[in-house]
Amino acid sequence: MDNILSLSALIFMPTIGALALALLFNNKAVEAMRVFTVVITAITFVMTLSLWSNFDPNETGIQPVVDGVNGVSVEWIGTWNIHYRLGYDGISLPLVVLTSFISMLAAMASWSINKLHKGYFILFLLLETGMLGVFLALDFFLFYVFWEVMLLPMYFLIGVWGGPRREYAAIKFFLYTLAGSVLMLIAMLMFYFGGGNEFNILTLTAIGQGKVPGLHFDEFTQITAFILLFIGFAIKVPCFPFHTWLPDAHVEAPTPISMILAGVLLKMGGYGILRIAFPICPVGAQYAAYTLVAIGVISIVYGGFAALAQTDFKRMVAYSSVSHMGYVILGMGVWKITADNGIMVTAGRDYWLMGMNGAMFQMIAHGVSSAGMFFMVGVIYDRVHHRDLNQFGGLFGLMPLYSGLAAGIFFAGLGLPGLCGFIGEVFVVLSTWNFSPVLAIVAASGVIITAGYILWTLQRVYLGSEYKGPHADEITPMNAREATIAITLLVMAVVLGVYPNLMFDVMNGSMAELVDGMDAGLRAAQQSGVSITAVPTP
Amino acid sequence: MTSFGTLLNDLINETVQTSLCHFAPELALSATVLALLLLRLFGSVDRWIPPYFTTLVGSLVALGLCGSQLLDLLNGSQEPGPFFTGLLVFDHFGAFVRGLLALFLVLVVALTVLTGIPDREDGPDFYTLMLGSTIGMMIMASANHMLMFFVGIEMASVPGYVMVGFLKGNRKSSEAAFKYVVYGAGAAGVMLYGISLLTGILGTASLPDMASHLAIVLGDGGGAGSAEGRTVLLAVLMVFVGLAFKLSLVPFHFWCPDVFEGASAEVAAFLSVASKGAAFALLVRFCLALVGPTPEAYPEFLTGIGLGLGAIAAVTVTFGNLAAYSQTNVKRLLAYSTIAHAGFMLMAVSALVVVMAKGSTIEGFDAAEAARMCVEGLLFYLFVYLFMNLGAFAVIALLRNQTFSEEIDSFNGVGWQAPALCSCMVVCLFSLVGLPPFGGFWGKLVIFMSLFNIGSNVHWFMWVLLVVGGANTVFSLFYYIKILKAMFMKEPLENARTVEIPSTISNYALLIALPVLLLGLFPTWTTSLAHGVATWLIP
Repeated sequence: MDNILSLSALIFMPTIGALALALLFNNKAVEAMRVFTVVITAITFVMTLSLWSNFDPNETGIQPVVDGVNGVSVEWIGTWNIHYRLGYDGISLPLVVLTSFISMLAAMASWSINKLHKGYFILFLLLETGMLGVFLALDFFLFYVFWEVMLLPMYFLIGVWGGPRREYAAIKFFLYTLAGSVLMLIAMLMFYFGGGNEFNILTLTAIGQGKVPGLHFDEFTQITAFILLFIGFAIKVPCFPFHTWLPDAHVEAPTPISMILAGVLLKMGGYGILRIAFPICPVGAQYAAYTLVAIGVISIVYGGFAALAQTDFKRMVAYSSVSHMGYVILGMGVWKITADNGIMVTAGRDYWLMGMNGAMFQMIAHGVSSAGMFFMVGVIYDRVHHRDLNQFGGLFGLMPLYSGLAAGIFFAGLGLPGLCGFIGEVFVVLSTWNFSPVLAIVAASGVIITAGYILWTLQRVYLGSEYKGPHADEITPMNAREATIAITLLVMAVVLGVYPNLMFDVMNGSMAELVDGMDAGLRAAQQSGVSITAVPTP
Repeated sequence: MTSFGTLLNDLINETVQTSLCHFAPELALSATVLALLLLRLFGSVDRWIPPYFTTLVGSLVALGLCGSQLLDLLNGSQEPGPFFTGLLVFDHFGAFVRGLLALFLVLVVALTVLTGIPDREDGPDFYTLMLGSTIGMMIMASANHMLMFFVGIEMASVPGYVMVGFLKGNRKSSEAAFKYVVYGAGAAGVMLYGISLLTGILGTASLPDMASHLAIVLGDGGGAGSAEGRTVLLAVLMVFVGLAFKLSLVPFHFWCPDVFEGASAEVAAFLSVASKGAAFALLVRFCLALVGPTPEAYPEFLTGIGLGLGAIAAVTVTFGNLAAYSQTNVKRLLAYSTIAHAGFMLMAVSALVVVMAKGSTIEGFDAAEAARMCVEGLLFYLFVYLFMNLGAFAVIALLRNQTFSEEIDSFNGVGWQAPALCSCMVVCLFSLVGLPPFGGFWGKLVIFMSLFNIGSNVHWFMWVLLVVGGANTVFSLFYYIKILKAMFMKEPLENARTVEIPSTISNYALLIALPVLLLGLFPTWTTSLAHGVATWLIP
C-alpha cells in the first residue's frame, strides 16, 4: 500500500500543483506562478530520482516487488477486471526520470509564455501527470486512460499558446493521435476477449508468450493486434508515413511545449511498442520485423533529407526528430530468426538485444538532445522573432555562450563520439548488420545526411561575419536562467555520451528479459501449430 | 351479480393497493400540474410561490419516489410485475429510466430558473407542458401494451410541440414547432397503422403475449416469407418509423436540426435527452417483446430486424457526424450531434436483438450475459448522456443570455472571460467525443465491447458497426472542437461585450460537469446498477 501511495503521489504531484494554481493564485501573480510551477516540477524530479536510487538492477521484472508480486495494484473497476496497477522496470524507469527532468527544464523555459499564464501552467502540470502515468501504468486500460488524458492539455497548449498556424497544428495533432488511440482500443478489446478478460499487461504478456496454460493468442489475433498497436504507436513516434503531424505541431508549439513534445511525447510511441506491442504479440512482431526495419531506415533517410531541405530553423529540428526516431524503430526491429531442429528461433540474440538497448538509449539521448535543440531555437526566436535559417549568421560574435552551448547540443544530436547521440546510433547500426547488411549500410549513410544538415545549420546560424536578419539590436547574451537550462542539457549529453552504462546498467536486465520472453513466445506459438517462416533479409 | 361485484372489488383493490403505488411518481407530477394551474387562480399566492418552486418541489418528490421504488425493487421489498390490468409494467428497467427522467426534470427546471426562460407570466404554462411531457415519457418507459405505447408517445410529443414554439415572437421558433407537428403527426399516423396491423395479425396488443403469437404466425405459415410474415414485418417497420422519429434516426431526422435551432436551448436539452431516453426504453421493451422467451422459433426474422437496426445505426452515426461539420449555429451543431449519439445507442439495441435471436444456440457463449451487457451499455450511456448533453446545452443557454447569439463565432474568446463555465463545456464536449477520463468514454466502451464480443461470436456485422463507431469517434472530434476553438483560441469579435458569469451560474454548470468526470473516474457504481437492472430484464 505504501508503494502504491508513493507512486501515485509521484504521478499526481503535478495535478495537486495544478489544483493549487487554480484555487490559490491570483491571475496577476505571474512570477509567483512561474516559480511555483518550477518548484512543483523540481519536487517531482526529486521523487523520480529517489525511485532511481531505490531501483534494483538485478531484478529484471517489474518493481516494486511486494510479497513476490511484481507491481502494485488496487481494484479500480471490478466488473471488467480493471486495476489501478503501477510499477516500473529498466525500460520505463529511465523514461520516467527523463519525463520529470525535461518537464522541469521546460517549466524553467516557460518564462517566454506571455499570455494567459494561469491556464498555461495548469495545463502544463496536467500534461506532466498524463506523461508520468503512461510510463508507470501496468494495466492496459490505465495506460490508455493516461494516454488520452495527455491529449487534452497538449491540444490546448499548442492551440492557445502556439504560433500563427496553431489551430491547424493542434487539431492535426489531436486527430492523428486519436485515430491511433481508436486502433489501440480495438487491439485492447481483442486482448480482453481473447485472453480471459484481462487488462493486466503482465498477464497479457505471459499469455502472449505462451506461459499461461490453456490460454494463448492465436496467430490472427497476434498479427492483427500488432498491426493495430504498431500503427497507433507509430503515429506517436512518429515514423514515416505517419509523421506529417509532427513538423506542424513542433513548429507551432511554444518552445517549452516543443521541448516536451520532442523530449517525452515521442518516446511514448517507442515505449508503447516495447511495453505492449512487442511482449504481447511476439508472433506479430516477428511477422512485421522486416517492415519495421524498413520503416526505420526510410524514416532515417527521409527525415534527414527533409531536414536538409528546410529553411525554418524549428522545422529543420522537427524533421531531425523523425530521422533520429527512425533509429529507435530500426533497433527494435532487427529480430532475425533461423531454423533450429525444425522450429524457428532467434539468431544472434545478443545482436538483437544490442539493437533493443541501442533503441532505448537512443530514446533517452534524443530526449536530451532534441529538447536542447528546440530550446536553443527558442532562445534565439525570443530575441529576433523569426526562424529563417537564411537570415541568421554571426551569432558567435554576438552571443558567444549561447553559440558555444548550442554547438555542443547540436553535435550531440549529430552523434559525435563522446556525446549522447553517438551511442544509440552506433549500437543500432551495428546490430542491423546482423539482420540485413544492405539496410545497415543505408542506415549508416543516414549519419552523413545528419552531419550535413546539422553542420550546414551551424554554419548558417552561428558562423559568418555578421547577423543579417531583422531585430539585430535585440540580440542580447543569454540570461542566467537560459544558460542554466542549456548547460544542464549539455552536461547530460556529455555524461550519457561518456558513461552510457549509467543507462545500460538499469535497462539491460529488463531488456534481456523482454528479448528472451519474445523468443520463448515464438517457440511456444510454433509448438501450438503456428508456422513461422523467415523473411529473406539481404 | 356477485361475480361482477367481486370483479369490481378486485379491480378497485388492485388499483388502490398496487397500481397507484407503482404509479406514484407520475401521480406526484400530475398533482404538481394541478397545483400550478390552480395556484394561478389565486393571484396573490402565485406571487409568493413562484411556479418554478412548485415544479421543483413536485419533480424532487417524483425523483425521490422513483429512487425509493428502484431501491425497493433491488432489495426485494417490492415485486416487479404488471399493473393497471397489464397496461403498464413495474420493473427495474422502468424504475431506472423513470428515475433518470425525474432527475433530468429537476436539473432542467433548475436551469430554466437560472436562464429566465420562461418568464414569471408564462411559467405555469411552460412547466405544465414540461411536466405533462415527462409523465408521457414515464409511461413510455413502463409501457406493457401497444395502447400505452401509443398513448405514451403522443403524451410526450404533444407538449413538446408547444414547448418548441414557446418563444412566441420568434418566427424561427414558430416554424420549428410547425415542422415538428407535421413530422410528428405523419410519424404517429404511420406508427398507429403499424400498431393496428400488428395487433390485428397477432391477436394481442399486450407486449408479453406478442412473442408467443408471433411464433405461431411465423412458425405455421413457413416463416417470414409467408403473407402473414411479410405483414408482420411491415407492421414492425411501421412501428419503428414512429420510434425512429422520436429518436431522430436517419432518414426520420429532418425535423431535428430545425427544431433545435428554433427552440430555446433549454427545450432543446429537454428534447434531446429526456425524449431520447424514453424512446430508447420503449424501443428496448418493444424489441424484447418481439424476441420473447422462444426466439429460436424465428431467428431469421429477428436477426433481420437486428441487422436492419444496425444498418440504420451506422448510417445515422455517420450522417449525423458528417452533417455537423459545416454548421455555424451551436444548437444546430448539437442537433446533429444528438443524431449521431442516437446512432451510437442504437448500435447497442441492434446488438441486443442480434445476440438474442441466435446467441443461445451457440455453444460456449453466454448469450444472456452478452445481451445484458448491451442493455448495461445503453443505460450507462443514457445516464452519462443526461449530464453531458444537458451540460453542453446549459452552457449555451447561459452564454446566450450574455451574448444574445448562438452562432459559434459569438463565443469567440469567452473561454478566458468565463473560465469555470467554459471548462465545464470542455468536460462535456470531450465526454461527448468519448475521451477518458470522462463518463462518455465508458458509455461508448461498453457498447464497443458488446459489439466486439457479439461480432466475434454471433454475427460479423457487429464488427462493421464497431469499425464505423470507432471511425466516427474520430470524426466527431473535429466539430466538437470547433466550439472549443472558438471559446479558447479565437480573439473576441469586435464590439462584443465582455461576458460576466455570476458564480451561482458557474456552480450550476460545475454541478452538471462534475458527475461527467466522476462517472469517468468511478464508473463502477453506475455500471453495476445498470448491470443489475439488465439482469432483471434479461434473466
